[in-house]
Amino acid sequence: MNCEKQMSMLKKIQEMQFVAVELNLYLDTHPCDVEAINDFNCAVKMLEKRKQAYQDEFGPLFNFGFGGYSKEPWQWVESPWPWEI
Amino acid sequence: MWIYEKSLQHPVKVTRPDVSFAKLVVTQYGGPDGELGASLRYLNQRYSMPTNKAIALLTDIGTEELAHMEMIAALVYKLTEGASPKDYEAAGWGGHYVQHNHGLFWTDANGVPWSAQYIACLGDPIADLTEDMAAEQKARVTYEHLIEMTNDPCVKDMLRFLWQREVVHFQRFGECLNDIQEHMGKKNMWCGCTVEK
Repeated sequence: MNCEKQMSMLKKIQEMQFVAVELNLYLDTHPCDVEAINDFNCAVKMLEKRKQAYQDEFGPLFNFGFGGYSKEPWQWVESPWPWEI
Repeated sequence: MWIYEKSLQHPVKVTRPDVSFAKLVVTQYGGPDGELGASLRYLNQRYSMPTNKAIALLTDIGTEELAHMEMIAALVYKLTEGASPKDYEAAGWGGHYVQHNHGLFWTDANGVPWSAQYIACLGDPIADLTEDMAAEQKARVTYEHLIEMTNDPCVKDMLRFLWQREVVHFQRFGECLNDIQEHMGKKNMWCGCTVEK
């Protein structure tokens, strides 16, 4: 497993996810801010791309079918778990 | 429904294990102003909120708090990784080792177990949002105290991230409270009752 690559791809996801979280909370109390909605949608687009690339290589990042497909054997049970990184 | 993402919200790293600090920071796991209480408080208050905005905000901040709880759990895990019973004893946390070994448990820094008494739900949006704003301030201060108690730059970094999130949440709850006051047709910030017109 290419651990360094996995960590750097995961970090890119965390970064974009933070942008999405922050804009999401802001929009909850400023629902008419068009510019922020555009920024949010832009972050979602980038996030989708990064998640897709990560999951294609390292298996599902989310459980219950919300992530990508699994290769064999079942990739979800493979390390690393977040606290092991 | 909640979906699990196999990733922390923000990286958690430690320079070296430190059982003494694990004993202190565990309060943000299961203490009165910790992340478990925060997530449960907000997710539970959603049902009696009068506006969609307030419901959305409590859902989203409550969900983010679950991610913070996982960050604190990861921190405690790393601070105690490879620690021996003697290490626990030397850190004054021998009682934790005896009862939980390397397992985590919901307590504050003094070993008091988590209690539902740490959270409130009055079913009144003004009372509940005011409680939420106070909760964010209490968590902010606790993080400041914790940052003072460690010299590990990696640990300080992640605690600063969590500190900053409390500030943002306080701001958003404040905006939400103002919105609710307007919704209730009474702009007096300090009076919880609605006045009949």
